[in-house]
Amino acid sequence: MATIVQFENVGLRYGPGPETLSDLSFSLHEGAFYFLTGASGAGKTSLLKLLYLAQRPSRGAIRLFDADIVTLPRARLPGFRRRIGVVFQDFRLVPHLSAFDNIALPLRIAGVSDAQLRAPVEEMLHWVGLTGRAHAYPATLSGGEQQRVAIARAVIGRPELLVADEPTGNVDQEMATRLITLFEALNKLGTTIVVATHDYDLLGKVADARMMRLERGRLTEPPHPAGAH
Amino acid sequence: MAGNAKDTAAKPYAPGSLLPQGRLTGPMPWVIAIMMFLTVLATAAGLALNHGARSLSANVSDRVTIQIAEADGAVRSRAVSRIVALLGETEGIANIAIVPEAELSRQLAPWLGSDLKIGDIPVPALIDADLVAPAGEREARIAALDKAVKAVSAQARVEPHASYLGPLARLVGAVGWLSFGVVALMVAATGAVVVLAARGAHATHRGTIDIIHMLGATDTQIVRLFQQRMMLDALFGAAVGFAWAVAVILLVGRSVAAVTSDLVQSATLPGFAWVVLPLLPLAGVGVAWLSARVTLNRALERSL
Repeated sequence: MATIVQFENVGLRYGPGPETLSDLSFSLHEGAFYFLTGASGAGKTSLLKLLYLAQRPSRGAIRLFDADIVTLPRARLPGFRRRIGVVFQDFRLVPHLSAFDNIALPLRIAGVSDAQLRAPVEEMLHWVGLTGRAHAYPATLSGGEQQRVAIARAVIGRPELLVADEPTGNVDQEMATRLITLFEALNKLGTTIVVATHDYDLLGKVADARMMRLERGRLTEPPHPAGAH
Repeated sequence: MAGNAKDTAAKPYAPGSLLPQGRLTGPMPWVIAIMMFLTVLATAAGLALNHGARSLSANVSDRVTIQIAEADGAVRSRAVSRIVALLGETEGIANIAIVPEAELSRQLAPWLGSDLKIGDIPVPALIDADLVAPAGEREARIAALDKAVKAVSAQARVEPHASYLGPLARLVGAVGWLSFGVVALMVAATGAVVVLAARGAHATHRGTIDIIHMLGATDTQIVRLFQQRMMLDALFGAAVGFAWAVAVILLVGRSVAAVTSDLVQSATLPGFAWVVLPLLPLAGVGVAWLSARVTLNRALERSL
């Protein structure tokens, strides 16, 4: 499998404090499914931020889609971001947009016409079981519903890389299993998936998933098959 | 679920605006309206005063008055006749006109009463004439003319209008240019207002901007979102301010038309002003567009 992400001695520091991430070196392969685990504060979200281009590393090298992300001009970042789907831990739905419009956002940003985006958005709404809540605003949705909208928004553009930060944190076990199954289906279509979670029950639900573990900003277990340790 | 799907399908899709409905920029449209009101008035004042200054300069530069301050009425009358004849024979003198006694009486009436008879008091006789001469030769020609009329009557002297109206024309012109300076300051202030409004709008909607940025929106797309809304706000303010200013200009114009003073009437709006003034709101919107664009681009460049 081709390498889609490569980290070499990557460090990340916010401001003048100590490094949040240190000496990260690993590769992610195209079409693979990864779980990123670690205790709260281990640096999972910071690592995901590097993956979805919300941060550049303080040191080291990152290659993503065969491009050097550290030196990539800022103006070229949006093109790369459109190839990445993100499920934020805090959902980050646009509060004045309905569930339908939130899900449609990546397509609208990519220039898809209003007429053309209707069918895929409705398919996504159906996929996450929110067809009846299409016109509801985030403030009127439950935490679980907001999370499902966030997931639908992340995958509607059929991204090459999907990065999800605790995507099942606010849903019940049944919905969690359903969402992971949906991620798996997306993965089978070729999307590389990275899911940060501390829900160890999820790890066994995806066949062929690989696991990596962060502790205090360092990768203590590089990507390996989930059942290997 | 199927019923819900039907509901969704039945409802026509109208995309929600990526930015919240309503004004993005708070009171900015009203501040722009006031700025535009003052800018249009200042421009109109500048144009009118410059026009007035030019008219005054054109009117006074060639005009002279020969004053014959002879106390004896008979001697004065003879001197007037001889000087008129002299002027008629002199090359480069045109539009010779003796100021009628009735006109002199009218001009002196406020001080000496309306039943004044010019013959009763030694009022100087006045003869107006135009000196047709290149600007460089004018002073020499006036000196020569003064010498010639003094040869006819020792009490006669030539008074060029430029000597007493010229400073006034220059003052009016300077005030006109000052108005344009005020216009330039107004334009700068309008730009500053838009910069502050754009920064405020960016800060207020930072959350939404960050989300659409992370979903792959370019700076251009984000700036366009804000710019369209800010342009509409600016256009509204500019149109309101322009309408107010035009109403005031028309009212002042009617008042000026009712004043009989030539001096006041010379300071009227030239015809081309009605082409220039409507360009101001468009220029204001242009300044707002540019200010918003530069400000938002700079703000966005601070994020990754």
